[in-house]
Amino acid sequence: MKRSRIPLYTTWAVLIFFYLPIGVLILHSFNASRFSSSWEGFSWRWYIRLFAERDIWFALQNTVIVALSSTIVSMVLGSIAAYALHRYHTRLQRVHYTLIYTPLVVPDILMGISLLLFFVGIGMQLGLITIFLAHTSFCVSYVAMVVLARLQDFDDSILEAARDLGATWWTTTWRVLLPLLAPGIAAGGLLAFTLSIDDFVITFFVTGPGATTLPIQIYSMIKHGSPPLINALSTLLLVVTFLIVWLVQHLTQEEHRHEVD
Amino acid sequence: MTPFLHFNQVRKTYGDIHAVDQVDLSIRKGEFFSLLGPSGCGKTTLLRMVAGFERPDVGRILLEGVDITDLPPNRRKVNTIFQNYALFPHLSVWENIAFGLRVAKRPAAEIKSAVDAMIDLIQLNAHARKKPSQISGGQKQRVAIARALINQPDVLLLDEPLAALDLKLRQRMLLELDQIHDQVGITFVYVTHDQGEAMSLSDRIAVMNHGRIEQLGAPAEIYETPNSSFVAAFIGDSNFFDGVVTELIEPDYCRLRIDGFPDVMCYNDKRKQRGDLVHLSVRPEKFRLSLDPPPNEARANCVRGRVAEVVYLGAQTKFLVHVQEYRLAITQQHSRFLLDQKPIRWEDEVWIWWHADDGYMLDRYSQTDEELLEMPAG
Ligand SMILES: Nc1ncnc2c1ncn2[C@@H]1O[C@H](COP(=O)(O)OP(=O)(O)O)[C@@H](O)[C@H]1O
Ligand SMILES: [Mg+2]
Repeated sequence: MKRSRIPLYTTWAVLIFFYLPIGVLILHSFNASRFSSSWEGFSWRWYIRLFAERDIWFALQNTVIVALSSTIVSMVLGSIAAYALHRYHTRLQRVHYTLIYTPLVVPDILMGISLLLFFVGIGMQLGLITIFLAHTSFCVSYVAMVVLARLQDFDDSILEAARDLGATWWTTTWRVLLPLLAPGIAAGGLLAFTLSIDDFVITFFVTGPGATTLPIQIYSMIKHGSPPLINALSTLLLVVTFLIVWLVQHLTQEEHRHEVD
Repeated sequence: MTPFLHFNQVRKTYGDIHAVDQVDLSIRKGEFFSLLGPSGCGKTTLLRMVAGFERPDVGRILLEGVDITDLPPNRRKVNTIFQNYALFPHLSVWENIAFGLRVAKRPAAEIKSAVDAMIDLIQLNAHARKKPSQISGGQKQRVAIARALINQPDVLLLDEPLAALDLKLRQRMLLELDQIHDQVGITFVYVTHDQGEAMSLSDRIAVMNHGRIEQLGAPAEIYETPNSSFVAAFIGDSNFFDGVVTELIEPDYCRLRIDGFPDVMCYNDKRKQRGDLVHLSVRPEKFRLSLDPPPNEARANCVRGRVAEVVYLGAQTKFLVHVQEYRLAITQQHSRFLLDQKPIRWEDEVWIWWHADDGYMLDRYSQTDEELLEMPAG
């Protein structure tokens, strides 16, 4: 029986549709030509130019500050939230779950506008602090969801065993619960980190003077900058993001192998 | 002697389910004590209240005379073997066993010697560095036991510890548990729904049903003198008869009228009087079966019936015999099967007889308990 070739063609079409633009972008970041219409040979010149741009370094610094701080805070809050959701099944926790879940489905633009209205409403100076708060508000949800998924197949009798053997609540948390949840928390944290460094829409609403992050910087460069520079910057961002995603998968897979053995 | 572990009117409800209901129970020091009952009867709940994971709604639990009802699990000298072992997956076998000593902040040298000795005892030296996911079910079981014993608890709680193992391994671990109990000499409280396990290991058994203790006693006591139809049916098989006392035969016997039977004589330890209603229980192996009329014996009961089913099981044969509307389950050992001149077959008319001492009067009888009875496979 001859198998239909349609699935194969569809797959290729989808792959091309998704990845061709990205491929072209990466390619042109190495193009010596200033214009993407012609290929004038391989060159690192845009990357070298990139390093000389002070604005970019500044934006990068802001991005890293925001990403790191919101990641750390959301790892702590998200894990605690996940544990509460896992441990208790009261009506309050159902409300809690909805609150945690909502940022995942609410459009970014709505999040951005409402956060902006909120910050302005309470008279807060827009800047890095507001970006940090905004990022934390959605990162918490992602961390909580990843940790919650890990808790789903967590055997609670392990915690009881620790208590049974004489461990206090604190010791149990530090020696048993946290080590076992660590891969989940780390995966959630890395996810939060990538979401934070490339968030544009929400950041765009809540940013203030002097608080430019990389995505915002790229946006303004598109308007009055040089395209090859953006290509190079985007490629770098892509590489970093891929590295992190690879790390996340590695972390979750490591754990999986453990359980299968 | 004061009881070692004492339950005083303990009750625990979940919503409108009485998981444990008014349990009064004393367990002795050094005893191998079993809680036996069908799934959902409250065994685990009772055990978890001793461990400190559940709090009784009503009642107190005392250990060596000290009220432990409100102590957190980590402050009780009680350790648990969980049904699924609950080993720490991120720690090696060695560290799993050391956990109790580590959290107690014992000196490193002491921990090392104690854990090494324990690993010797359970013969897992070759696996000390492995993670729990890398060892077999039986080995995990032993690690769980070692981990619990290293704290030298006053009481060891075991919640269906063998349920996850296959039959062969279960039989071996049964022996090992028995040996360990003899060696360490601490009190074991063992939860199981398997009457075989409970009978073979225990000094005493509490049979539970619907959160209550139906009967408490040594294995033989519970088997030979069940006080309710539930115990009689749950532990082994039994045949139940309803009868009325027609005559007292002093000093210890009475005659019963059972519909469809000639008068039945039975031991009257319950001091029933004429006209009293009696529920009689007779174990399948207490009946004798033959094609010829039985020899005349004092205090023997004898009826005729028709064989409806014969199930040959090697060591024994199970018969289902119809006597009027009764269907009697009867088990016969055959020591000289090949020498029996005429084996009993399907549809044979047979004589059934049993000694008056082998029927036992029940305190409580409930029709539904007969559903627990295992009918011969057909
Ligand atoms: N945490 C709980 N919440 C609600 N009901 C429970 C809980 N734990 C046990 N039960 C109920 O209590 C009864 C006794 O349960 P359990 O002690 O686990 O029985 P066993 O160990 O004898 O099988 C069961 O009906 C069970 O459904
Ligand atoms: Mg149970």
